[in-house]
Amino acid sequence: MVSKAMQALQCPDIDTVWEWLDAIPDPEIPAVSLVEMGIVRDAQWDCDLLRVVLTPTYSGCPATSVIRLDVENTLRERGIEHIEIKTRLRPAWTTDWISEAGRQKLRAYGIAPPAGAASCAGMMAVGSIDCPRCGSCEVERISEFGSTPCKAHYRCTACLEPFDYFKPI
Amino acid sequence: MVLADPALVGVLGLRMGDNALILGQRLSEWCGHAPVLEEDIATANIALDLIGQASNWLKLAGEVEGGGRSADDLAFLRDAREFTNVLLVEQPDPDFAHTLMRQYLFDSWHAEMLDRLVDSTEARIAEVAAKSAKEAAYHRRRSADLIVRLGDGSEESHARMQAALDALYPFAGELDQPDDCDKALAAAAIAPDLGELAGEVASARTIVFGRAGLSVPTDVPVRSGGKSGLHSEALGYLLAEMQILQRSHPGAKW
Repeated sequence: MVSKAMQALQCPDIDTVWEWLDAIPDPEIPAVSLVEMGIVRDAQWDCDLLRVVLTPTYSGCPATSVIRLDVENTLRERGIEHIEIKTRLRPAWTTDWISEAGRQKLRAYGIAPPAGAASCAGMMAVGSIDCPRCGSCEVERISEFGSTPCKAHYRCTACLEPFDYFKPI
Repeated sequence: MVLADPALVGVLGLRMGDNALILGQRLSEWCGHAPVLEEDIATANIALDLIGQASNWLKLAGEVEGGGRSADDLAFLRDAREFTNVLLVEQPDPDFAHTLMRQYLFDSWHAEMLDRLVDSTEARIAEVAAKSAKEAAYHRRRSADLIVRLGDGSEESHARMQAALDALYPFAGELDQPDDCDKALAAAAIAPDLGELAGEVASARTIVFGRAGLSVPTDVPVRSGGKSGLHSEALGYLLAEMQILQRSHPGAKW
């Protein structure tokens, strides 16, 4: 029989766990990982129990339950037996948590990343938005809401292509 | 009757949740039917935000109640008399102007209310409010923008927006009228003073309606009753559609 202490010794180190988490794609925007999106807030070992904290992006995001399942399945596939996944609402998720790598991947995927910081007061004061296709800053908003609540619908007036803009929130 | 603080938290959670749920359900009725594609998508997205918020609020209300009722139980297994949403959000949609006007009247209050609830002395209220507040700010910006564009648009759009304002304005007052629970919530600093909030909301609305060229009705009676469960018949039809699956197949899951 393996003691608890022995099991703890066999636990993969936490950096490796973060690498696994960083390989899980966001179900809505698979070009970006859950870690790059800032949805995974914490991962820590407590003896042989892995505690993971997730913060959902939007209140009504249909991906929230899928995200939880993806995290659990991925960790189980890697052989982790004891997992506790907690949802934390506050501090509320903000686009400021999307990493630089995540922003570059969003742009490459055709979604303009959020411009500027999303502190509540300045959230609406939109900075410069560049067309993710041609890079022009000559753009116009078509609709406040795009294909998902987190995005707005824009059009580039230089290359005339429509695109999604990830709203700062 | 003055309730103790924990029960008050439950009342507030239920009211915020019911407002969001019923308006979310109303908006989702437009899915696939709205006048233009962009507005169809926006309406469905806002409905999604509101139903997500409702889920967080009702979960909290169920926890405070302590009887083991989940957010889904509260949404699908209560009768009209037990719903505490204001009458405004259950009003039907004779045209899209009514939808947008109802939305702006609600958003202009909702976004301010959530901003204040972020500072609630009750941590669980503040937590859900912090998540919802940023979403509501976007809802308000969109509905205010459309009120101005359509109010100050064609003769037809102006007339429809004015008719919608005249019809719905009497229902907006219920948001501002504190009952005993609201007063006790404000006294405990769990929620803001609704009277003070009403002043801020009214000034913001005056600017938007002014830019839209719409006249705000004066001396109208306030239509209220929703907070204490006295609803218009419109709510019964809405609930019948929303609840039919759980009522016909209790406990169904997918």
